[in-house]
Amino acid sequence: MLGRRWWTPWLWLAPALALLGVFLVYPVVDTLRRSFLDERSKNFVGLDNYRFIIDNPQPLVSDTHSALLNNVMWLTLFTAITVSLGLIIAVLAGRVRYEAVAKSAIFIPMAISFVAASVIWRFMYEFNSDIGTANAAVTSLGGDATAWLQNTNAPQTWLTDAGPDTLPRPIQINNLALVMVGVWMWTGFAMIVLSAGLKGISTEVLEAARVDGANEWQIFWRVIIPIMSPTIVVVATTLVIQGLKKFDLVWVMTGGRFKTDVVATLFYKEAFRIGDFGVGAALAVVLLLWVLPIMVISIRRFQFQEETR
Amino acid sequence: MARRNPSMSGGSAEAPVALALGAARRTVARFPLHVAIIGLMVLWSVPTIALLVSSFREPTAIASSGWWNAIKEPFDLTVGNYQSVLEKQGMARAFVNSIIITVPSTVLVILVAALAAYAFAWMKFPARNLLFLLMVALLVVPVQMTLIPVLRLYTDVTVDAELPLLGGRIFGTSSYVGIWVAHTAYGLPFAIYLLRNFFGSLPRDLFESAYLDGASDVGVFFRIVLPLSMPAISALAIFQFLWVWNDLLVALILLGDPTLAPMTLKITSLVSSFGTNYQVLTAAAFISMALPLFIFFALQRYFVQGILAGAVKG
Repeated sequence: MLGRRWWTPWLWLAPALALLGVFLVYPVVDTLRRSFLDERSKNFVGLDNYRFIIDNPQPLVSDTHSALLNNVMWLTLFTAITVSLGLIIAVLAGRVRYEAVAKSAIFIPMAISFVAASVIWRFMYEFNSDIGTANAAVTSLGGDATAWLQNTNAPQTWLTDAGPDTLPRPIQINNLALVMVGVWMWTGFAMIVLSAGLKGISTEVLEAARVDGANEWQIFWRVIIPIMSPTIVVVATTLVIQGLKKFDLVWVMTGGRFKTDVVATLFYKEAFRIGDFGVGAALAVVLLLWVLPIMVISIRRFQFQEETR
Repeated sequence: MARRNPSMSGGSAEAPVALALGAARRTVARFPLHVAIIGLMVLWSVPTIALLVSSFREPTAIASSGWWNAIKEPFDLTVGNYQSVLEKQGMARAFVNSIIITVPSTVLVILVAALAAYAFAWMKFPARNLLFLLMVALLVVPVQMTLIPVLRLYTDVTVDAELPLLGGRIFGTSSYVGIWVAHTAYGLPFAIYLLRNFFGSLPRDLFESAYLDGASDVGVFFRIVLPLSMPAISALAIFQFLWVWNDLLVALILLGDPTLAPMTLKITSLVSSFGTNYQVLTAAAFISMALPLFIFFALQRYFVQGILAGAVKG
């Protein structure tokens, strides 16, 4: 093998480690420190800031419980819908001659700046059904127009007049409307990465499966999905992280009003609007704690990859 | 995906009819596939089309009727919205500023991340797994969480001389160098993560035979890893370009000087001065989308190639 000096790897890593240290590691350590200090980062207050998040003493000013539940909703719904749609579209589009056009149509929202996306979707969700596309579609199908970004009811109360909410609170019409904007913007990412992985599957493998009598459905579940699973994990990990630190979308569309706050927007409110850097830092630390399961998954795959290659 | 059925190549007179029937049957069987794909394409395009159509409508028309009515009255369209946005002072400069900010940030991320990803994928050193774990943890750090310490750091190490050619300070706030370095750092965790996974999936034999032939790390990196990784690198380049181009928050905090402001900042100031005037906002939004769309279409061929196609054949 190659005779490397002990410091060779560190030379290759040096620029990255220096940048990450200054711009990410140091600020995180600084924030951890502040999460145990008071609102002006002067006196040590122990776990008071974390207790504030758990006890939720000011639900009208900063509803920490609602923000935590909404984060769970973003992690699960946003990731599941985006990965599934991305994979379905990648597989389907690979089978038609206009694949490039189809993929471009799905990818375009990914290229749109957030300012543009918020203009677009406020316009789509406009209450007046003469102007708002979503309500125009709903009313033309015989439904009632709704205030998409303000409606905190569960979807079934609106669809069936079922009365009080029966689903857990995060499943609100306005939260779903926001998640759909996220799905609209990120499905292109999932589709393109998954599609690249699909193209990497050798045609010999697929032909061999067909010769052995497998139908397309079996090929999808028994051949494509297992081969693709590392790529799917990479995409899902990225989306979970996006769902987790989802800030701009919620901030620009609703400002966290009508119980749409997530931990990232509440962090911004606490730290920069209310001016309590202790609680803000603690919320940022909570965001970091969410990533622990992802770290475990990634490290396990990392070690597996090391053993098998 | 044309599959030849061996039993049909018997050369009998019925073969063409059977082939035609088979083709017709396949077309019918594929009808739901086309409906599904075209349906999704329409669903995904409608919001953008609504923006595009509205940007060409008269201000009074936008406020009083849906964008789909523009199709019924085709002579109601105007380029006046674009004129009024482009004639705003500094809009052309903002476009140039966006390019000055985005291109170096994208190149720097790829360079720095590829070096680190190569070390993570193909070198053995102590604490490698621990360092990679830390990298994965950094992926989730929200940018806004880091901006206050970074801003304090920038004001401490300001170099106040003017940067030649481009303008602004050499380093600090209101400095192109400052925002390049910041965007590079924020893009690194994802870039290293993506490239390391790709580099690690390249076949080990390629590396072992190269090392046996006496190739150095630098030689392997430039002659094997980078050429084989072009699909992943171009995908990364596109995403990094879009993320930096569309960034508002970092520019808002680190670029105080309005003459250095990118398009996103410019449009945001248009939003605050024009309120809910959709005619200005839709046109401005579409101008900001033009270059990313062009880049995406120009580089799309890299996505059509398989990521591993080169490695399998080469």
